[in-house]
Amino acid sequence: METISPSHYLFLALCLFSIGFFGVLLRRNILLLLMSLELMLNGINLALVTFSRTSLNLDGSIFVFFIMTVAAAEVAVGLALLVALYKKRQSVFSEDMNLVSN
Amino acid sequence: MVCSKHPVSAAMFMIISLVGVASLFVLLEAFFLAVLQILVYAGAVMVLFLFIIMLVDVGPNAGKSSKMKLISGLAGAFLISLLIVSFLIIVQSSGWIGGGANWSPIIEGAEPVIGDNLSFSTSVKSFGYGLMTKYMLPLQISGFLLLAAMVGVIVLSKKEEQNTN
Repeated sequence: METISPSHYLFLALCLFSIGFFGVLLRRNILLLLMSLELMLNGINLALVTFSRTSLNLDGSIFVFFIMTVAAAEVAVGLALLVALYKKRQSVFSEDMNLVSN
Repeated sequence: MVCSKHPVSAAMFMIISLVGVASLFVLLEAFFLAVLQILVYAGAVMVLFLFIIMLVDVGPNAGKSSKMKLISGLAGAFLISLLIVSFLIIVQSSGWIGGGANWSPIIEGAEPVIGDNLSFSTSVKSFGYGLMTKYMLPLQISGFLLLAAMVGVIVLSKKEEQNTN
């Protein structure tokens, strides 16, 4: 039985990031888009904690703390914008957000 | 989570994956971050998401397939494969495959600061020490960012109310 090495954690972080990336690219629902963004940030967090643990350095963990702060603020602002847009256009799909083109 | 049709089930899968990441933090001996992950993400952010999903009432009638979607999907697949290949090359060259890099044990009761870098520790005390000394300015900036986000959200939702009246 192989033990879990840091590269396994890094590969999982890469998988999380890729799934979030495809979510951002392929979904047209802005709510799901924001959720995929969260997933990408989670992958980054996992990679940072892994590096922080392997190099026995706390800086990475403190970075994760700040990333969480920024993610929470981003979600709050994004959802407020989404609700404002929904009140104006009655849709949450990004195809309908064509205020500039017509 | 990305593939599920309905936003509510997507949010449920998202909660599962967030709790999974928190458990991985526990395995990496970052207990404070695991607690923070549960509190902030599974506690606050996902509740906010579910609240908004219930509020705007989006159905499962997801977007029409467009040509743009195909193009962006292909471009994304290309980028991700590039990322995976470079990742594998880096991992291979650093010799990390198959337990090449073992987990070095945490020194209990070590000095919180060695030279310029903070040493990893499971205790919350060293975390707070690092935040209050080396990362004082980023801490204040993130506090200010939260304040700005709060004011921004209040302004956004208030203006819309005045328009409807």
